[in-house]
Amino acid sequence: MTAASAMPAVSAHDLSVHGLSYAVRGKMLVDDVSFDVPAGTLTALIGPNGAGKSTLLRLMNGALASNGEGAAVMLGGRDLLRLSRRERAKTVALVEQQSTIEFAVTVREAVALGRIPFRRWWAGAGDDRVIDDALRLAGAGAWADRQVATLSGGERQRVTLARALAQQPRLLLLDEPTNHLDIAAQLDLFALLRDLIDRTHLTVVVALHDLSAALNDSDYVVVLSGGRVVASGVTPDAVDADLIRRVYGVEAAFVADPGSGRPVVIFRRLGDVGD
Amino acid sequence: MTSTRIRLPVPSAPSVAEGAGENPMPATPRASRRSSRLRGGPRAAVYVAAATTLPASVLLAVGIGSAGIGIIDVWQTVVAHLAGMPSPLSPLRDGIVWDIRLTRVLTAAAVGAALAVSGAVMQALTRNVLADPYLLGLSSGASVGAVAALMLGVAIMPTVAAFLGALAALTLTLLLARSLGPISPSRTILAGITVSAFGVAVTSFLIFWNVQGDSYREVLNWLMGSLAGSGWATVAVSWAVTAVIGIPLVLGARVLDAFAFGDTAAASLGIHVTRARWIFLAVVALLTGMAVAVSGAIGFIGLVLPNAARLLVGFRHRLILPLCALAGATFMIWVDTGARTLFAPRELPVGIMTALVGAPIFALVLWRHRSRS
Ligand SMILES: Nc1ncnc2c1ncn2[C@@H]1O[C@H](COP(=O)(O)OP(=O)(O)OP(=O)(O)O)[C@@H](O)[C@H]1O
Ligand SMILES: [Mg+2]
Repeated sequence: MTAASAMPAVSAHDLSVHGLSYAVRGKMLVDDVSFDVPAGTLTALIGPNGAGKSTLLRLMNGALASNGEGAAVMLGGRDLLRLSRRERAKTVALVEQQSTIEFAVTVREAVALGRIPFRRWWAGAGDDRVIDDALRLAGAGAWADRQVATLSGGERQRVTLARALAQQPRLLLLDEPTNHLDIAAQLDLFALLRDLIDRTHLTVVVALHDLSAALNDSDYVVVLSGGRVVASGVTPDAVDADLIRRVYGVEAAFVADPGSGRPVVIFRRLGDVGD
Repeated sequence: MTSTRIRLPVPSAPSVAEGAGENPMPATPRASRRSSRLRGGPRAAVYVAAATTLPASVLLAVGIGSAGIGIIDVWQTVVAHLAGMPSPLSPLRDGIVWDIRLTRVLTAAAVGAALAVSGAVMQALTRNVLADPYLLGLSSGASVGAVAALMLGVAIMPTVAAFLGALAALTLTLLLARSLGPISPSRTILAGITVSAFGVAVTSFLIFWNVQGDSYREVLNWLMGSLAGSGWATVAVSWAVTAVIGIPLVLGARVLDAFAFGDTAAASLGIHVTRARWIFLAVVALLTGMAVAVSGAIGFIGLVLPNAARLLVGFRHRLILPLCALAGATFMIWVDTGARTLFAPRELPVGIMTALVGAPIFALVLWRHRSRS
């Protein structure tokens, strides 16, 4: 990715990430990352461990401040990084890879945190309906009064998603959201994201390790390695065996799902004999 | 490596609503509610109870003491003073009620409220239910300040000195924690314990060097927490600091909620994490500095009461902080009343009482916490 590449004309509705960088002690964790995708689509962010996916998502929602020159995250014609923190939190939500809590917090209280940007010191917000909807959409409604600490990993993941939905975002960033989910719940999650996108023109960026899921469920793919974008494009064309070999150091074979005809990826170690 | 920049035709997209004005989620009937926590009526009852217990405790505690003054006489005296009428008691006994007991009870209330609220704020910021002002070295820093002001004759008020000491300890703690790596709850606490131990050593040294004979016991008394030195000046200072800090704190309490899932989550909810952290820590330094200057180092209130409040009303700090203030004030009044009457004519440092009462409760909180996770 060269910073010099000219910024193409971008529709005002697009998500346009430009020049995001983050360095710690001189080491570039995210190195001048730029990409554009249409709004109302699902983009898979893939790359090996330590590629900088989580860091990039935090830069995109402003939780980390980019130290790149001219960094911008344009959405709907506005630069999210130039918005006030509160406005930004009403526009973009992040589902973190891991979230821990030390307090005895109920699921409903945890989800209600998503309403904080909407609250003012003189008033709460009439939020109950939004919270109920977020709980239901994320499939966490049944545990509303349970303690978060007593939930399983997958259940907790849904609570975190519900908290993000309670922010009523236009841009939803998810960091490996399928991590703790069983197979049905993984499929449900993507169906839910699709549904939200269709109904509300939400823009979604998901960091994923499951390449088959990335190829099946995303519209676009951005491949990150060593903090840089090494490939990006339409799903599934942007990903091929050569790229996977370069980025992950493994052999990949693509086979067609007999049902949908969409690609499924099978991996082998480099040098292993295939048949 | 080459890369292709995605630049694709936008599908005929429906127009995007700017901002968050529209609700992307359809309405549903309200989910049914059930919880072990108090809501609605019962919850309101807790606040009504706490708000009525506090003034009742003031009135009762003022009537208790070794001078053998009847409680009716005590109340008549208080009413007379408030109404600007002559006191029904002799000047000596009038002084005991109005200038000694009442000021002590009122100071206890403010100190208890300040400590309980400080504990709740510390716990939210460090994401640690076991945190309190001691943990980050605040109390011992405040003690150094106050003792230095008293012993070395530094010409500033003990309250100011204690605040400066608390703030210095806090800064040291955070600098130390940051030098260990990215700031995290456990690093912050380790740094706090280190600073705290150092502060205790400095205080002990100052006392050892300066104090002889009888005043040794006096200073020790204060160090272990004592409200014996109360007067109208301490009432004014303690109430002013508690009110001036407590009210904006409650109004901004949602910011504390945002820290529950960590700094990144707080930032994602629109909080300026660094700024919020410093403001809240300075606020705690002020409250703790005031409490230590007025009454020495009193432990366990900041630890026990926020945990109890959370059990009752849940996690939201707008609910927790006022309850902590009311309950902390009442708790302190009674513990101090016990400290000055149980072993009369000898007086126990109130810090010993809070530890005697608080440690078992704390053990219970610990135990509950273990069994849950
Ligand atoms: N505060 C930090 N200080 C130093 N290095 C860091 C810091 N935060 C992240 N890193 C490093 O930056 C790199 C990118 O981290 P990041 O969490 O973004 O990777 P990731 O792509 O999300 O990986 P994973 O797939 O394992 O979640 C890693 O090598 C990590 O060790
Ligand atoms: Mg990650």
